[in-house]
Amino acid sequence: MAIAHQFAYQKVATLDEAVEAITRAGPDARILAGGTDLVPWLRDDAIHPDLVVDIKAIDGLNTISLEGDHIFLGPLVTFSDLLTSDLVHDHLPILFEMADTVASPGIRNRATVIGNICSAVPSCDAGPTLLVLDTSVAVLGPAGARTVPIEEWFLGPHKTALAGGEIVTGLSIPIPPPPHGAIYLKLQRYQGEDLSQAGVTVLVTGDNDFRVAFGAVGPIPARAHAVEETLNGRELTDELIAAAVGLVPGAISPITDMRATKEYRARICEVMLERGLPAAVARRDGTGPAYGTRLI
Amino acid sequence: MKLPITMIVNGETWPLDVEPNEVLLDVIRNRVGAKGAKIGCERGDCGTCTVLFDGRSIRSCLMLAVEADGHEIITVEGIPENGVLSNLQDLFISHNSFQCGFCAPGIVLGAHELLRDNPNPSRHDVQHALAGNLCRCTGYEPILDAVMAAAEEARS
Repeated sequence: MAIAHQFAYQKVATLDEAVEAITRAGPDARILAGGTDLVPWLRDDAIHPDLVVDIKAIDGLNTISLEGDHIFLGPLVTFSDLLTSDLVHDHLPILFEMADTVASPGIRNRATVIGNICSAVPSCDAGPTLLVLDTSVAVLGPAGARTVPIEEWFLGPHKTALAGGEIVTGLSIPIPPPPHGAIYLKLQRYQGEDLSQAGVTVLVTGDNDFRVAFGAVGPIPARAHAVEETLNGRELTDELIAAAVGLVPGAISPITDMRATKEYRARICEVMLERGLPAAVARRDGTGPAYGTRLI
Repeated sequence: MKLPITMIVNGETWPLDVEPNEVLLDVIRNRVGAKGAKIGCERGDCGTCTVLFDGRSIRSCLMLAVEADGHEIITVEGIPENGVLSNLQDLFISHNSFQCGFCAPGIVLGAHELLRDNPNPSRHDVQHALAGNLCRCTGYEPILDAVMAAAEEARS
């Protein structure tokens, strides 16, 4: 089926030019990076942009770089780029593990990490992991540059803190002090081209500072602060895991859809946290399963 | 408004005028005439529209044709050399990997990319690489067997 909606297409050479173009065109303009969400939405008639601004001709936007104690990801960094980056493997292997669960090579070669959070689908794989890493989202707009903490980024399904005329220029991801361990557990109906039925990322640092975020079990991916407070500063024991798991129902608000019922999602989140907590700690201590190993 | 683009498909240069809302898959099939890329789900789920874009597998149903300006595309028609099927393709035939063949172009290209990037894949690596290519005929096993056999023959 062809795309029925007509729109203008503009290829820009700089980020400033992109901001100028979408500011001029108004709220119905769209940025095109990987296009793996944009094109099907156009085909489904779900969006009706007057202008599509392609940023892929801008030089240097696919950079993954180490900047002090942060990893910087440019707007054109794809999930495949995360899988092949030595910097990611060495400093933030959890990004590798997350990217490895996204769709399939034909999508990962094209889909961008920043596109994933701009689409802001509740099941977006990048969400929970960027949340536990306290990522900063760099934004450029008509009024200049600003930074949005990832926890203030997601406002609802398909809704973000991005204002009119603004585009995302990068993600700054603090590397937790070593040793740290992390895990992303993603439940799918089958291992392949499927969205998350429920997902959780757990991060633990050397002094038992825990961070936990869930995806696909609420309108936005979200940190589970009550769970974290129960865990923080304490050695992980079976009793502590049980206490944390007991707080899961209050941390999530799953719905029933074609991929799973809300009851199943609620239960599986408990199971995933129960398995994820010791696995993250084991990875921190050098005894856990290799990053990329599926525990569910 | 039509936009002029130039893309290279299976080694041939194609100057074309395309509308911004034309999808790459449709242009490759209807204008270039490379019908190997199939129209399946048209939402990136099934993998049968797979082409190599600058050497990497992508879903041509999820790309606008204008995005291909200045880029190189290989469809399944571009895999044989001088009309001779690749060893991987021969092994797909001898393993009876396909029945209806609708998934075959995507799987040939996906497996081609995998073996190029990872000449020594485990069976799990092959499953993982082809996880986004749906087949409803042969149950995947003869597909995996053929890719593993191709990797083994390339090593020997």
